[in-house]
Amino acid sequence: MAKQGISIDRKKCSLCGDCSRVCPSDALSIAGKQLSVKEVLEEIEKDRAFYEESGGGVTFSGGEPLLQPEFLNALLKECKVRAIHTTLDTCGFAQPEIIERIQSKVDVFLYDLKIMDDKKHRKYTGRSNELILRNLEKLAESARQIVISFPVIPSINDDEENVMETAKFVSSLRNVQQINLLPYHRAGIEKYKSLGKPYKLDGIRPPTSQGIKSVKERMEGFGIRVGIGGG
Amino acid sequence: MQERIRKLRKQSVIAKPYISPERAILITKFYQSKIAKQVPVPVKRALAFKHLLENKKIRINDGELIVGERGSAPKETPTYPEICCHTLEDLDVLNSRKKIPYAVDERTMRVYRDKIIPFWKGRSIRDLIFDRMSDEWKSAFEAGVFTEFLEQRAPGHTVVDDKIYKKGLLDFKKDIAKSIESLDFVKDTEAGEKREELKGMEIAADAVIHYAERHAELAKGLAKKERNTKRRKELEKIASVCSCVPAHAPRDFWEALQCYWFIHLGVISELNPWDAFNPGRLDQHLYPFYTKDLEDGTLTKEQAKELLQAFWVKFNNQPAPPKVGVTAEESCTYTDFALINTGGVKADGSDGVNELSFLILDVVEEMRLTQPSSMVQISKKTPDRFLKRAVEIIKTGFGQPSVFNTDEIIQELLRQGKRIEDARNGGSSGCVETGAFGKESYILTGYFNLPKILEITLHNGEDPRIGKKIGLETGNPVKFGSFEELFAAFRKQLNHFVDIKVEGNNIIERLYAEHLPVPFLSILIDDCVTKGRDYNDGGARYNTNYIQGVGLGTTTDSLASLKYNVFDKRYITMKKMISLLKTNYDRQEPLRQRLLNKTPKYGNDDDYADSIMKDIFEAYFEAVDGRPNTKGGYYRINLLPTTVHIYFGKTVEATPDGRKTGEPLSEGVSPVQGADRKGPTAVIKSVAKIDHVKTGGTLLNQKFTPQLLADEIGMNKLAQLIRTYFKLDGHHIQFNVVSSGMLRDAQKHPERYRDLIVRVAGYSDYFVDLSVDLQNEIIKRTEHASF
Repeated sequence: MAKQGISIDRKKCSLCGDCSRVCPSDALSIAGKQLSVKEVLEEIEKDRAFYEESGGGVTFSGGEPLLQPEFLNALLKECKVRAIHTTLDTCGFAQPEIIERIQSKVDVFLYDLKIMDDKKHRKYTGRSNELILRNLEKLAESARQIVISFPVIPSINDDEENVMETAKFVSSLRNVQQINLLPYHRAGIEKYKSLGKPYKLDGIRPPTSQGIKSVKERMEGFGIRVGIGGG
Repeated sequence: MQERIRKLRKQSVIAKPYISPERAILITKFYQSKIAKQVPVPVKRALAFKHLLENKKIRINDGELIVGERGSAPKETPTYPEICCHTLEDLDVLNSRKKIPYAVDERTMRVYRDKIIPFWKGRSIRDLIFDRMSDEWKSAFEAGVFTEFLEQRAPGHTVVDDKIYKKGLLDFKKDIAKSIESLDFVKDTEAGEKREELKGMEIAADAVIHYAERHAELAKGLAKKERNTKRRKELEKIASVCSCVPAHAPRDFWEALQCYWFIHLGVISELNPWDAFNPGRLDQHLYPFYTKDLEDGTLTKEQAKELLQAFWVKFNNQPAPPKVGVTAEESCTYTDFALINTGGVKADGSDGVNELSFLILDVVEEMRLTQPSSMVQISKKTPDRFLKRAVEIIKTGFGQPSVFNTDEIIQELLRQGKRIEDARNGGSSGCVETGAFGKESYILTGYFNLPKILEITLHNGEDPRIGKKIGLETGNPVKFGSFEELFAAFRKQLNHFVDIKVEGNNIIERLYAEHLPVPFLSILIDDCVTKGRDYNDGGARYNTNYIQGVGLGTTTDSLASLKYNVFDKRYITMKKMISLLKTNYDRQEPLRQRLLNKTPKYGNDDDYADSIMKDIFEAYFEAVDGRPNTKGGYYRINLLPTTVHIYFGKTVEATPDGRKTGEPLSEGVSPVQGADRKGPTAVIKSVAKIDHVKTGGTLLNQKFTPQLLADEIGMNKLAQLIRTYFKLDGHHIQFNVVSSGMLRDAQKHPERYRDLIVRVAGYSDYFVDLSVDLQNEIIKRTEHASF
């Protein structure tokens, strides 16, 4: 115990979880836990009454659910057997075979498009967007419901060129219902702090409603339906 | 809103409640008269009522369309010394207390000192009750094990059906005469008593007819003096309305509203029954008048709305009768619980929503008053459009309307043995109480402190707060080898105190039947007239008594903590746990945090805790349900708190769920404040594990920030959440839509938030009128940031 309270030497952390187990007030906690397919299904089934009333269902999100293809596939299969609506929230960065394998069991894809320019995409995400765009094109060929998520991050991807390129690309795809604009927010700062990680977007402010509106209007110019928020 | 309504509303909202000694003086004077000493009790009560209505001051306020006040001005509040004779200290407290004061002037004090107290001391029902209760009862009452609903207010808890719109009091008098004629003095030993009761009803009917005529005369007089032609015509119409109803059945929409209002005034002047009185299914009752008048061209939709608004103001003009002591703590509000029902189903089971249901919701939204309270009944047949309109108003954040499940209400009433038509014509009144309107006396007899029972169990029959043995010796808990042994002891203790409560109730019920029959109310509730029996003596078709369980969440979390930490995980010993409770977790904060955060809690759709909740519920149900009362009916349970969870909380020391000494208990069937951490869907799943059908009403509070319901999507989600809860047989749900930041600011700057209304229990109230404890508690109720 240091003078200012508890201090953590993260270098020594082995992720054993003992600290969170003994922390009485849950000030230290581990996000996420290991569950079996059966356990996850039990959790999903708890809300069945609500799905049936609202027409809702399960959204597999992350992290990136496609990073756990076996597990995801097993869950999706069970959901379909149980007639539960499924949505997959993905960045699209996965081997094509993986998407092929699961796509018939997914009712709606929430598919991220962040930056069209490959160089910039590499800069901010560490990966090329080539695979992502190719996967989306292919997915759009099979008649699934697809909704594009476009995070609006001022000075990073809200420039004229990127907005236009994104809209152009999306409008060329079949079966894409809508683009949802997700305005950048700073709710993650606290999380980074608790993780002891530097927050790299410190200088960036959330977009103004005018800024969002202008992105929306430009995209709508391509005949695309544009929503604001996760809807 | 029309200028007239704006003025009347303002007059009502700004008026401050004050005590008028007028009723006490008139009733006392009558009781001292020669005739009062010569006639049987029902006739005496009817004559006292008549004396009151003949002599009390009456008034018609400027611009009013619906007329008549219980006092002689808005917020003038009478007293009922035959039930509770306030002492001079009581009056002083009423006058000076910070929350829910009633101004008392010098004259009232003098009158009380010289005339009222000398006559009623030792004669009021309250005095008789405390005189007759056993020592065991008194110890339990003082310890806060239960409260006594009937020590300051009369049994009422009832609602009228459509009979008053179909028959006038003169028609009821014919029924009464018929009933007298058919009395069999040869075979029926009670025929004489019945005759006196029926005579009382006749006198009471005449009293109210005459009272309406007085208003007709007053309106006529005012019309003659009135220079404004429009107002003169209105006053003439008022005179014509008051000379028709309630003597005769109403002929139009206006008369129907005024008819109800005179009946209402009659009931709340005769005695001070709980939940005032209530028109119940107003959209159903008024609809025939509404459509007929619209067709005839004698009424427009706008006029109907204005009349309804004028009617709304009348309710708001009548604060609850003044309460003191424990009764004031358990029901700390000016609201008197008239709950207007809209929607639901018709007697044939078809959807009851009509154009008037929507118009009433418009009125609720525009008037934004705490009284009357309003609710929507949602059945599976109710159109979504109606539910969504209700959600739009809920969203505006004054706690109204609350939302009830018609299909569930019907199941509850059927389980209690009611006819299907009576069940469909019923609904909820007061906070959440189920009733067969117009046919049932359903009496709430007192709140029951479930966490206190556990506390006494954990101390082997002793109340640790006062260090006195008040319960059974159910064993030293340190020696319990299993959770089952602990639960068995809890159950024994529970049954013991329910026995004590019911024994007291039996006596109190007879006191009301003997001393305070209510001949006027008896005319209105089937089958008092045909049976020749008073409402307070089993005259109603159905006679139900309730004991309202409180603290289900706190008891569940406490027992779950004992099971988990002491028996299953053996994390701490029973001895250690009991010492933690005794010392109020002093210097044991980490341990307390563990109990708060790392122990299963009710409200998270976790069967570990929820199955214990079900066991407690069943134990309480078995302890109470099916016991006979003295009126030919039965005991049932319901789960609602009004404001008693604050008072009960003060009587219970620290509990094993991490709650500290004196903090509020959980309310209704809601989880412990802040213990539900998995969002409203998990709360709903947990709460739906209660077998609501076995109750006569449960209360679930949820709070949302306004942002959550800002758009269509949010409102649809709320509607779906409600539908899902109801599909799972939930009884009732209500919403506070405010931010906690706003509430904290309101604590700091009450003057800026005078109009801030929040949902408390089965009613809404002004936030700034609530005690600081209750304010804090409302802030704490989990604020859900997302669905």
